[in-house]
Amino acid sequence: MPTEPLLTAEDLHLSFGSTPALDSASVEVHAGEILALMGPSGSGKSTLLHCLAGILTPDSGRVTYAGRDLTALHDNERSALRRSEFGFVFQFGQLVPELTCLENVALPLRLGGASRRAALRSAEAWLERLEVSDVADKRPGQASGGQGQRVAVARALVTRPKVVFADEPTGALDSLNGERVMELFVAAARDTGAAVVLVTHEPRVAAYSDHEAVVRDGRVRAREYVR
Amino acid sequence: MSIGHALLGLLEGGPRHGYDLKRSYDERFGQDRPLAYGQVYSTLARLLKNGLVEVESEPGAGPERKKYAITDAGVSDVGGWLARPEKPEPYLQSTLYTKVVLALLTGHDANDVLDTQRSAHLRLMRDLTRRKAGGDLADQLICDHALFHLEADLRWLELTAARLQQLAAQVRA
Amino acid sequence: MRRIADLALGVRLSVGGGRSGWTRLALIAVGVGLGVAMLLIAASIPTVLESRTARADARSVAWDQQLTPGEPTVLTQEVRSTFRDSPIVGLLLQPDGDDAPLPPGLTEQLAPGDLVVSPALADLLASDDADALQGRWGERVVGTIGTEGLTGPNELRFYLGTDELTAESASTRRIQTFGGAQGTSEGLGPVLLLLALVGMVVLLLPVAIFISTAVRFGSENRDRRLAALRLVGADVGMTRRIAAGETLAGAAGGLAVGALLFLLIGPVVAYAVPAGMGFYPEDLRPAPALVALTVVLVPATTVLVTLSALKQVLVEPLGVVRRASERRRRFWWRLVVPVVGLALLTPLIGGLDTSLVSQVMVVAGLVLVLVGVALILPWLVEATVHRLRGGGVAWELAVRRLQLDSGTAVRAVSGIAVSVAGLIAVQGLVGAIGTVSPWGQADTSTFQATVLDIDPEGDSAEVWERELSRAEGVTGVGTLTSVWARSAPAQAGQSVSDDETLIDIGTCEVLAQEAQIDSCDDGDVFVVEPDGTTAPASGSTYVLGAEQDTRWTLPASAEAVAPAPGTVGSLSGMPARIMVTPGALGGIDVTPGAITVYVALDPAVPDAPDHMRTAAAQVDPADYESPIAPERTTLILGNVREALLVGTVALLALIGVSMLVNVIEQLRERRQLLAVLTAFGTRRRTLGGSVLFQIAIPVALGLALAVVTGSVLTLALQAAVDASPAFDWRTIGMTSGAAALVVLLTTAGSLPLLWHLTRPGNLRSE
Repeated sequence: MPTEPLLTAEDLHLSFGSTPALDSASVEVHAGEILALMGPSGSGKSTLLHCLAGILTPDSGRVTYAGRDLTALHDNERSALRRSEFGFVFQFGQLVPELTCLENVALPLRLGGASRRAALRSAEAWLERLEVSDVADKRPGQASGGQGQRVAVARALVTRPKVVFADEPTGALDSLNGERVMELFVAAARDTGAAVVLVTHEPRVAAYSDHEAVVRDGRVRAREYVR
Repeated sequence: MSIGHALLGLLEGGPRHGYDLKRSYDERFGQDRPLAYGQVYSTLARLLKNGLVEVESEPGAGPERKKYAITDAGVSDVGGWLARPEKPEPYLQSTLYTKVVLALLTGHDANDVLDTQRSAHLRLMRDLTRRKAGGDLADQLICDHALFHLEADLRWLELTAARLQQLAAQVRA
Repeated sequence: MRRIADLALGVRLSVGGGRSGWTRLALIAVGVGLGVAMLLIAASIPTVLESRTARADARSVAWDQQLTPGEPTVLTQEVRSTFRDSPIVGLLLQPDGDDAPLPPGLTEQLAPGDLVVSPALADLLASDDADALQGRWGERVVGTIGTEGLTGPNELRFYLGTDELTAESASTRRIQTFGGAQGTSEGLGPVLLLLALVGMVVLLLPVAIFISTAVRFGSENRDRRLAALRLVGADVGMTRRIAAGETLAGAAGGLAVGALLFLLIGPVVAYAVPAGMGFYPEDLRPAPALVALTVVLVPATTVLVTLSALKQVLVEPLGVVRRASERRRRFWWRLVVPVVGLALLTPLIGGLDTSLVSQVMVVAGLVLVLVGVALILPWLVEATVHRLRGGGVAWELAVRRLQLDSGTAVRAVSGIAVSVAGLIAVQGLVGAIGTVSPWGQADTSTFQATVLDIDPEGDSAEVWERELSRAEGVTGVGTLTSVWARSAPAQAGQSVSDDETLIDIGTCEVLAQEAQIDSCDDGDVFVVEPDGTTAPASGSTYVLGAEQDTRWTLPASAEAVAPAPGTVGSLSGMPARIMVTPGALGGIDVTPGAITVYVALDPAVPDAPDHMRTAAAQVDPADYESPIAPERTTLILGNVREALLVGTVALLALIGVSMLVNVIEQLRERRQLLAVLTAFGTRRRTLGGSVLFQIAIPVALGLALAVVTGSVLTLALQAAVDASPAFDWRTIGMTSGAAALVVLLTTAGSLPLLWHLTRPGNLRSE
């Protein structure tokens, strides 16, 4: 790779109590690429994602984003970074149940200080992009699982983040809905040039990536480049 | 899978020339391997011999302008074929199984074998996924079929990898 | 049998539900327990009052004791004094022999000048803060009063030995035994009865609301568990009984916790209440009948609440469906209750009467109006939050949460709303009664205090002026000497008439306290004519005092003036008064029938009133000093007010706790969502703000409703006591402020959990 990686983890160690979750894990994410983090459950892939996103701070090692050491930043600075540069999609339960789908999508923009009107306008466009305009004024509880995940994807992309972290984004969906979510997600991410870190145990979902890294026992075992 | 049954199925829509048949087949099923003309004609000849198709001659046409039509026997043959389950094929497992067991016996890291295989599988799956995105419904169905099979392989690989570790621990213990 | 088995299963599930089950059980038990403790304290009030009354009766001095000749006697006189705002009551004792009767709490006869004080008064005298009290009744403290002679540990009381009492004085009593006085326990007048009834309603209704809120702690979890039971085959009736069983376990725990809290809190309460209401902790025993009522009613209520809450949801095998989630609340029937309540209050308009029917109507009306607050509040909150738009992210999150489910928040808040509405009403009433009292409007520009109950046959006006002038902080002293006068016969030899007129003699400043005098010089005479009184004709001659030779003629120059506002003389139907400056008396030496001393105090001198009181007590301990315009409440009303304040503070704390529990429970349920929100960079400030708004919006609405309802009730109650309508803005401000404080404290209390839940690691627990 000739270009500098956008996001790197070097030699991360992290234990929860006496249980080691990460044991010298290293990985690189380049701008605009889609990286699948694979591995059996309990292998540490979600923990690695949380460290890369600055949600967790490793016990040792460095996480560097665009030249800044995330582990050295104050919690508030990392929060600000997550608001402006990162997006997140989780398996389920991530939408605020009281807000409409439209307001959920607008939420990150509003957290970033955008006006309500402007945020809602952008959110509308993103719901359309992900083909879920019809649930805009419904609450998440009234939308189907697939629609909910597409709303979540719209919310992750609405701030035009540099990196989107997706933790089993199709884990709670059937194949058909899962495929559709991934198609729309990947296409939209490529359009905006966002890199995607995708944690999944499903090879068919991983097949939407550019390449994969396999996490086993808190270590990154393999990373293949296929360009 | 039988090319004969596929051609019969295509003929159910109406009589066709041999050349048209090959093009329809290729459009729908032939992404991996387009049919050779020879294959088409030899298959049709066998179907003719078995009474599953018949030839309609067009008056004043040349020798190549033969139209094939499906017979009643042919229709019931297609129906029977569709109703019959395919024999499950072991696909890659037998080969991989051999490799993994050999790796274990010779002291190689079975995980490496699996990682290498996964990488190769994913490479193919990415191609299929990409092709699926650009293709029509038929493309998608075919690609999905392949993808699900490949995924099944990988799942088996994951499971085996997990069991191998238990096994290895037992062997060493 | 089947039903009992279901109940038992419920009980077992409640204690066998793992950690969350125990947490829920503990929350319910603590919540119900707090309520039960309040109820037990309320149930103890009769016992406390009874033993207070018994103690007060035992030491009372009967008015007209039949004396058995030969039995030893004691001469007594009651002394009422004040230190700052605390009343001090004492008894002067002049035993006629060594075997004279002793009041309870005293062990030996007092020599003149011997002082025996209650422990609280001893503490007060010993404190550095009580300079102005030193020496008020002499310095010789020879002992303390035993507990059997006191109503409570905080009571300020003393016995002072003396040899200066005379049996002839109207205010002394000669007795052979203590106790047996009729009506010493202040009988509740209609106004006080009304106050007490309102107070009970105001304090107990929120407790009931609180208990019903506590039962719902963690009910969403419970509903899910019931759904799981439906999946394995329980029918709807069984789930209800199982839920009832679970609640019963919580209620039983609540009774135990309540009993324990009662035992722990009781002694603290005994010392925390104002001195006038103090009691001994051992007297705090709940009345058995009321305890039985509590033990039966609390579990029954909790079960009823549980069953009615279950009616709001459909517990299906595959999950829980909220039945009422999309149904908007209707307004009209909620309005019926308070309107009926107001209608029942109509007897108040005509004034108070003590008939049972109107009392029942008034109490029922009050209960209905206050229950109406609890009924209207959910509608009000729902209708309001559905109209709220825009705002920041924190605001929007809170508003949307309330739009989806305002019931939980409202249940907690309705307790505050009910108590504040009642409190405003009662405070308004208390204030109104104070305003009605005539002396509320007295002029305090010249003199600020008076010394009353002066024995006119004792020290002369000159002595009082001289002694009081010496006291620290006293800037001026004036005396008003009053003498009864009878019309002298027109011709000599005829007997004097029996019509008596009061003639007041004082300087211009002193007379200005009694009448509206524009200009005054020494030598002027004024006639005060209340409405409906004919003025005495000028030139009338009067006989002053008992002696025949002190004749005095009302001069023609006498000016008719109106009585001063707020003086007793302003009441219509009173006889006319003649006010005379010393120069107009022509040097006649009169024997005073009464002496009133007016004192001007320097407001800059701390405790000036108490220095004055001490000086006055040193002249004669039997007098009574009073501010000219006392605080708008009398002492008894002050006690009611204090009791309500204590109750409200306890209630607000209780409600704060229940809101905190609600918030904590809700935060726990949303831990995953909170972690997700943190992941994409939501500031804690935003989340904390959302919690704050979520609590503050219903509380603000509840308070607004409470203020409106309380003010309407105030108007009704003020009409009842014939007071001009006025609102007690101070109370409204104070209770609102206190409620706002509760909101802030509750929010602050939930923040540690919020911080904990938004710690990044929580995404793991998915």
